Amino acid sequence: MNRYPVWKYVILVVALLLGVVYTLPNFFGEAPAVQVSSAKATIKVDTSTLQKVEDALKTAGTTPQSVVLEGTSIRARFDNTEQQLKAKDAIQKALIPDATDPQFVVALNLVSRSPAWLSALHASPMYLGLDLRGGVHFMLQVDMQAALTQRLESLTGDLRSTMREKDIRHGGISRNGQNIEIRVRDAQQQEAAKRLITDQFADLQTREVSNGTELSLVVSIKPESARKVQEQALKQNITTLHNRINELGVAEPVIQQQGLDRIVVQLPGVQDTAKAKDILGRTATLEVRMVDESTEARAAEQAGGLVPFGTERYMERDGRPLIVKKQVVLTGDNLTDAQPGFDSQTQEPVVNLTLDAKGARIFKDVTRESVGKRMAIILFEKGKGEVVTAPVIRAEIGGGRVQISGRMTTSEATDTALLLRAGSLAAPMEIIEERTIGPSLGAENIAKGFNSVIWGFVVIVAFMAIYYAMFGLFSGVALGVNLLLLVAILSMLQATLTLPGMAAMALALGMAIDSNVLINERVREELRNGASPQAAIHAGYDRAWATIFDSNITTLIAGVALLAFGSGPVRGFAVVHCIGILTSMFSAVLFSRGLVNLWYGGQKKLKSVSIGTVWRPEAGTAVKAD
Amino acid sequence: MELFKIRKDIPFMRHALVLNAVSFITFALAVFFLFSRGLHLSVEFTGGTLMEVSYSQPADLQKVRGTVGTLGFSEVQVQNFGSAREVLIRLPAQKGVSSAQQSEKVLSALKANDPDVTLRRTEFVGPQVGDELVEDGLKALAFVVIGIMLYLAIRFEWKFAVSAIIANLHDVIIILGFFAFFQWEFSLAVLAAVLAVLGYSVNESVVIFDRIRENFRRYRKMNTVEIIDNAITSTISRTIITHGSTQIMVLSMLFFGGETLHYFAMALTIGICFGIYSSVFVAAAIAMWLGIQREDLIKPIKKDNDPSDENSGAVV
Repeated sequence: MNRYPVWKYVILVVALLLGVVYTLPNFFGEAPAVQVSSAKATIKVDTSTLQKVEDALKTAGTTPQSVVLEGTSIRARFDNTEQQLKAKDAIQKALIPDATDPQFVVALNLVSRSPAWLSALHASPMYLGLDLRGGVHFMLQVDMQAALTQRLESLTGDLRSTMREKDIRHGGISRNGQNIEIRVRDAQQQEAAKRLITDQFADLQTREVSNGTELSLVVSIKPESARKVQEQALKQNITTLHNRINELGVAEPVIQQQGLDRIVVQLPGVQDTAKAKDILGRTATLEVRMVDESTEARAAEQAGGLVPFGTERYMERDGRPLIVKKQVVLTGDNLTDAQPGFDSQTQEPVVNLTLDAKGARIFKDVTRESVGKRMAIILFEKGKGEVVTAPVIRAEIGGGRVQISGRMTTSEATDTALLLRAGSLAAPMEIIEERTIGPSLGAENIAKGFNSVIWGFVVIVAFMAIYYAMFGLFSGVALGVNLLLLVAILSMLQATLTLPGMAAMALALGMAIDSNVLINERVREELRNGASPQAAIHAGYDRAWATIFDSNITTLIAGVALLAFGSGPVRGFAVVHCIGILTSMFSAVLFSRGLVNLWYGGQKKLKSVSIGTVWRPEAGTAVKAD
Repeated sequence: MELFKIRKDIPFMRHALVLNAVSFITFALAVFFLFSRGLHLSVEFTGGTLMEVSYSQPADLQKVRGTVGTLGFSEVQVQNFGSAREVLIRLPAQKGVSSAQQSEKVLSALKANDPDVTLRRTEFVGPQVGDELVEDGLKALAFVVIGIMLYLAIRFEWKFAVSAIIANLHDVIIILGFFAFFQWEFSLAVLAAVLAVLGYSVNESVVIFDRIRENFRRYRKMNTVEIIDNAITSTISRTIITHGSTQIMVLSMLFFGGETLHYFAMALTIGICFGIYSSVFVAAAIAMWLGIQREDLIKPIKKDNDPSDENSGAVV
């Protein structure tokens, strides 16, 4: 009765083997490495890059343990950090001839020392969370209201010019909160404006308002379009963050959307947090507007008094004021790239801008109408605008390629380009959560978590072996298998291990032994009641199973709740907790039964089992009342 | 080895009234402290900045306090963390000042005083995140309570579900009461521990209920009180041993896990101790007051056999 069919043993052995293989990579530790990845979407890391890296390493005289192309990056592994640093310089020199326009990110990293055959099986070590390896974690909130306001501003401008084109007269267009108000004289105008908006502005909806004699049309963005604007804003911000972080040279940055309006950024191993914050915290948006060159504006510029209606005063970078129209010609959305360079004829430093199709069209129209006038490129950082540059338009510019030139040094051109690139955030962001963990603290946390698990494990196994003898030993082995499977599954899923995760691991082991205690107590009880050893084992496992199942389900409910509603550290805890419950059901019931069956199942005339003392009360006392 | 040599069923239920009174008083005290002192919520919930810095020599807290105080923050907390060389600085959330500026200002001021101070970690949480965490925490608690009740109601009977959840919520309140009384820091990790303990100590009630059900089926002559006494007596050794094993793990975390896991392990310890107490004395007693009887559990159609039991098909 206590025998497993062969297939059950096969399952156990396969599970055990998989467990060993996928747990193994965690034991090899990490080696210093240099990682090369692409800094731009247009550039791919491929075998030719690999060749270049290998050549560079050879000429530099470094001897890498291995150089491999993995997915979209190349990793070169070294014996020590000295070689690693030397190699990084060499690769950087070979791959990035122009430091102002890096095409690759060359970063220091740590990679697993595990042998190639394990990597070939996709067995890699668990991914350590920031609290274990050190680094920076940010949560950024995207200001969606600002994204919508910006969109409305530019739509207001579009409406104005379209109505002028179509010759629809109106009594003024202005933005009022999240609405645009168009004042009209009569119902006919109102109707015409309404028709125009329905025909040409798919994103807008209108509402007619009559306030006594005054008629107007209130225009707002349709909810679904507003959602689209927000989605795009978030997406663009993520892209921009990617580009900015590439400048930092982080090996494995994590940039993820969280919820509807948040972005999580994790930079493992980054120590210069000030710089990271500085680069991320540059919550800048870019706008191109026309400079107001009327005499009133000039006067206001000089005297510093009231500015004319429809204009605003901004400072140039050298501190001179500039009066700029409120209407936005272009935003950072339309700017795809900004690079420093040199003019092909005059050889003076310039900044080259590239616009997208829509931007190019608008730019062409604007420049045609305003040759000889100045336009201002304004960078808004944390709500404050600053004029980056205000060049004079020399000719109509088509094709979306714009060159800004004049009285710039090379470094000024580089700075301006960087500022313009950085400006292509669709909406401002704010850091709402930040965590920095130093590297030494990370290492300490690993040691603490590891010690907690190991000591708890050792004491429990020792106790079980003493209290339940052979059966206790089986339980201990099952508990070990549980730990093995848990680590293997976490490694397979490439789940992020954090300190709370390690705590969950310890707790999972503490709770998992519950199942074995239940079983062992049940077997003892059956023996006490006079069952034969084989029957006691059978009944003990069978009767305990229902209880084990019930109790694990309730624990699992709590785990799932934590997974669903928890964030950050709690989620790390919950993942391990839930997986730990599942593996414990497998190992405590199936695996320990397998061991028991193997040991005792074959013996037909089993006289006794080693399960510690089976104490029997004297006959006649009432433990058993039936 | 056998630690539990029990000859007769222990008449737990005879003392149910006294024990329930004890539970009620502890519970009332916990609620009282929760309201009078409140929980000492961590930065994660309240919003603000937390900095851990370390010195090469034991730090002079007064001096650190003075330095940070000159920066014009109100309500700054400075305390040792783990060892005398590590200092924890807590700054309240300030409107209009970004976290980056806050922590950097403090660090540069400390550096000016003593150049070998190093930043070990910083944590900044905006006020809006804190509010959400409180909300999510309550949602998680509600989910656990409803989920467990539903499961127990389906698997056993509503009276069991109600008594198990009352018993275990009483544990949760008592854990919170401890945190309020000692003003221990209540962090996200502690919340996770509380919820994990809730799921775990329901286990205990489940084991006893399982036994009660089995006893109803087996011992037709016993009355409800005897059945409950027998169920608790026959599972008490298992209760103590499993909780002991889990507690070994938790103690290991308490000793080796360092400051970060300290309150997490503390919450688990209290939860485990009261978990034993409440499952044994409270849950079964409430079920008894609610008037469970044989007919509640033994349905005319015998479908209680677990479907995964390989012998269930072999009933003759």
